[in-house]
Amino acid sequence: MNEHLRALLLAVVVVNTVLALTTFAIWFERKFAGRMQSRLGPTRVGPFGLLQPVADAFKLMQKESIRPRQADRVLFELAPLLGATCALGAAAVVPLAPGVAPAQLDLGLLFVLAIGAVTVLPIFIAGWSSNNKFALLGGMRAIAQSISYEVPLLLAALVPIVLTGSMDLSEIVRQQAEGRWLAVWPFFLGLPAFAIFLLAMLAESNRIPFDIPEAESELVAGVTTEYTGMKFALFYLAEYAHTLIASALAAALFLGGWDGPIAPGLHWLLLKTFVLFGFIYWVRWSLLRFRSDQLLSICWRWLVPAGVALVAGAGAWVAWGPTP
Amino acid sequence: MPSEPATSLLIFLAVAQATAAGMLVAARLLRVRARAPARLKDTTYECGETATGVTWVRFHARYYVVALFFVIFDLEAVFLLPWALGARDLGPGGFVAVAGFVGVLMLGWFWALRKGSLRWQ
Repeated sequence: MNEHLRALLLAVVVVNTVLALTTFAIWFERKFAGRMQSRLGPTRVGPFGLLQPVADAFKLMQKESIRPRQADRVLFELAPLLGATCALGAAAVVPLAPGVAPAQLDLGLLFVLAIGAVTVLPIFIAGWSSNNKFALLGGMRAIAQSISYEVPLLLAALVPIVLTGSMDLSEIVRQQAEGRWLAVWPFFLGLPAFAIFLLAMLAESNRIPFDIPEAESELVAGVTTEYTGMKFALFYLAEYAHTLIASALAAALFLGGWDGPIAPGLHWLLLKTFVLFGFIYWVRWSLLRFRSDQLLSICWRWLVPAGVALVAGAGAWVAWGPTP
Repeated sequence: MPSEPATSLLIFLAVAQATAAGMLVAARLLRVRARAPARLKDTTYECGETATGVTWVRFHARYYVVALFFVIFDLEAVFLLPWALGARDLGPGGFVAVAGFVGVLMLGWFWALRKGSLRWQ
């Protein structure tokens, strides 16, 4: 019983920390975007506007809940819940410190990829059940994008698996802590794989420049068009949480996760996560949205063959390269 | 003594779902409600106009070829994962075997590329 209690406590702490960090991340993004556009961003609520996302959350909680008459009742209500669960669930296997992860799965990386692939389903459920043309188109686009970028994501994730011989994220990080980070050595495999992973991750979490499922200038708000109040907030939250957790995963796979001098592991993990997160927002506020056809051709004509070549390179490296 | 990984995972997913559900319940308690049902509030949004036609119709999913490719490459990944785990122990022999398998697949990819199947149609 005791060990279940421990797992429960850790889960509660991690889930709530992710939520709190997500709130902070929303503030961070708005401030960052503001500065990039010579604005101040939020300044009124709390010091430096830090409490703005909290105020927004309370505001959204008070909003009236409207469900379109035409919508599919059950699925419409269920989609935000499933979306948030899938996004938060991915945090279960992120190694936080040596030997500490909410769930020490041997196949942690496989679990992450699986739940990442499932994340598109709540989005499509939302789009379909809204019975709104904008929402449905958003959902269709989300699926096209997600199934395409799933492949480069998998191929990029195969590189650390081949190099470390493990799918346990804790073990992957431990090997990097003892040796060198995969983005450092072998850098000719690690760095491109890291880049592909980041790109595919941007696409999987529907971030600009891969945000055609949302595309507010053409699709109103994509799948969330008909959602109000807390249900909309859950989608919003899920999107940010997904980006945040994916950044933590990229840090664990290629940048040594909790590995770093002096400070305890968690600090390093958070630092790396927020650096990657900042990069994602840098991209978001600098680039334009890709068109659907560009999106698919980037993936299938460039990223997939590059990913296969990298996996082959990694295979050759462990077969003939120097033994560690 | 940590619990079984699978149990921890289930506990974690349950906590994640309960947290999200808790937020929905909190919103249900806090939110305002209109006194009388409005006539137009719960109609489908279509830029303020009355919605025309139905949404649930059949339309061309332009990426069905892409969907086929996804299935092929996802299956490929299923075959690659066990090799990836044991790549070091399998050594050059294993690499050559896998390279042959993936090579045939990439030949198919190249053919599809030349046929123009990977373009938006």
